[in-house]
Amino acid sequence: MATGELNPSHYPAQRAAKVVQHYLNTHYGSPYKLFGLERVYSAKAEDVADSGRKYQLEISVHEIISNAKEKCSAEVFFPRGEKQLSPQVQVSSCEELFKIDAKPEEEALFQQYKTNKILRTEKRLPDSYGNMDPEMTPFWHLSIVASSFIMLTESTENTLYNMAQVANITQLATENDQLKFDCHVLLHEMVSQEIPQWKLLFTWSPAEGVKVLQTEQLPHLHEGEKHPKTN
Amino acid sequence: MLNMVGLSFVALLLTVGASTLERAEYDYYKYHPMDEISSWMAQMEKDHPDVVTIVDYGKTYENRTISLMRIGLKTEAKKKAIWMDCGIHAREWIAPAFCQYFVRQILQTYKTDAKMETMMTNMDFYVTPVLNIDGYIYSWKDSSTRLWRKNRSPGPSGDCYGTDLNRNFDANWGTVGVSFNCSSNIYCGRGPISEPEAQAITYFVGSRKEDFLCFLTIHSYGQLLLVPYGHPDFTASNYDELMKVGRGAAEAILKVHGKNYTVGTSPDVLYANSGSSRDWARMQEIPLTFTFELRDNGTYGFKLPENQIQPTCEEAYSGALHIITYAHDKTFNGAATTAAATLWTMLLAVGVSGANLM
Repeated sequence: MATGELNPSHYPAQRAAKVVQHYLNTHYGSPYKLFGLERVYSAKAEDVADSGRKYQLEISVHEIISNAKEKCSAEVFFPRGEKQLSPQVQVSSCEELFKIDAKPEEEALFQQYKTNKILRTEKRLPDSYGNMDPEMTPFWHLSIVASSFIMLTESTENTLYNMAQVANITQLATENDQLKFDCHVLLHEMVSQEIPQWKLLFTWSPAEGVKVLQTEQLPHLHEGEKHPKTN
Repeated sequence: MLNMVGLSFVALLLTVGASTLERAEYDYYKYHPMDEISSWMAQMEKDHPDVVTIVDYGKTYENRTISLMRIGLKTEAKKKAIWMDCGIHAREWIAPAFCQYFVRQILQTYKTDAKMETMMTNMDFYVTPVLNIDGYIYSWKDSSTRLWRKNRSPGPSGDCYGTDLNRNFDANWGTVGVSFNCSSNIYCGRGPISEPEAQAITYFVGSRKEDFLCFLTIHSYGQLLLVPYGHPDFTASNYDELMKVGRGAAEAILKVHGKNYTVGTSPDVLYANSGSSRDWARMQEIPLTFTFELRDNGTYGFKLPENQIQPTCEEAYSGALHIITYAHDKTFNGAATTAAATLWTMLLAVGVSGANLM
């Protein structure tokens, strides 16, 4: 594997930078705040004894809803070992992005679904044409944020994850002042071109952000098979 | 009197209305199922009989006819050619949308744009809107099949389906970036060109390979322009040229809507792979072969919203045109033509001024 200064447009730097995107969404994402990797400016990689590989990146990140862009420095460590361990990420100089205020919209959504409404959808997000009911968009964002937790923990130097679609998302009873959701997502892993499917149980509130409680990977389906629907 | 005029006017309006109905505008900014694409192809041939011919050149596993549109001004001479295929991978719906847009665009432009008219005179465009027809139709079946990638031929044991057509071509087949497990989305098939869809391109293009200047294969997603080869140990003999032209295309794309497309070999910017149609085409000595990976970068992925079809097609067209124009000008001596024109202009000017050349 390449060591030292890396070509920022080549895949090793790009894959490491995508992990930073998943980290940012996991920790700072919300129904109204979603991050995308915009560009990699520079990248360096080095082996860390026998324990793994460390990448240092200068990237720019894009907050998709407000359209704000900011340059960030990040470090991604891919541990080596018999058991596949999650990468570790550190980000700095990105603070402006985190300050983006989406609190009013988040509060409004939170209040609405805490008491008045219950979310239950069988329609995929997005639908086959890439479209979705605007009322569902914050929940699509929320599912991406929760899925980012999985994409982060599953990432290695040999993967590139994006979310392909939400098969369904169901709201469960509010618990400890957190909205609670059960969702079934389909991810896209670029290198293998596979569509891993996961079920997640997670909570969200404006104050606490997204907390993933349980995850379960669904087995690879064979022709004609369907996963059993969750209650 | 007024009544009669009124009635004639209404009659006139109805006639206009009727012919407008017959020619209902095809919406290039919506995704179309296969039957609509087939009807559109037939309609384009009907509307432009002097320049468009549908050519059937193979069959899919499920026995559907694979067709392309040959587009160009008819000439006596044997013409050079440009190849474009879309929809090798079923779920990449933006690709067939682009092929349809591309056809519409060149048919609209050549009548008013001298450069396009020249290119249509010197070259034929061979455009396959959907290659993997079985897969495409399957991806339209219901929301659970939308993300299908491969074709629909059954695997050796019968309990799994589909070969990745872009791993099935006879170009370092089965060496890297593939799986021999039928369940895998990068299953390369029983052997090189085991699949009828890959065979169709291989035989059609293969039997005319000296004619082709350019081979473009359209995919999504990732915003990339990939040059051969997918195998990390092989470098194309004209790598520098491919990168130069690719970068020019990416610059053209950027100018349209500000989207960045990365240019490079697959092993550099994406992943190593073998058996791709682009690699096979380059090995046939077709000099300019590119894989386009259209929008987006992963936000919507394969399910690119319909409101992005237009901008995506506009930028991709700009990129494709850059490559096609380069291919054309290199072959038809664009520079030499200009020099000749300048010489004639000079001679005529001298003649007019009365100078004696003898």
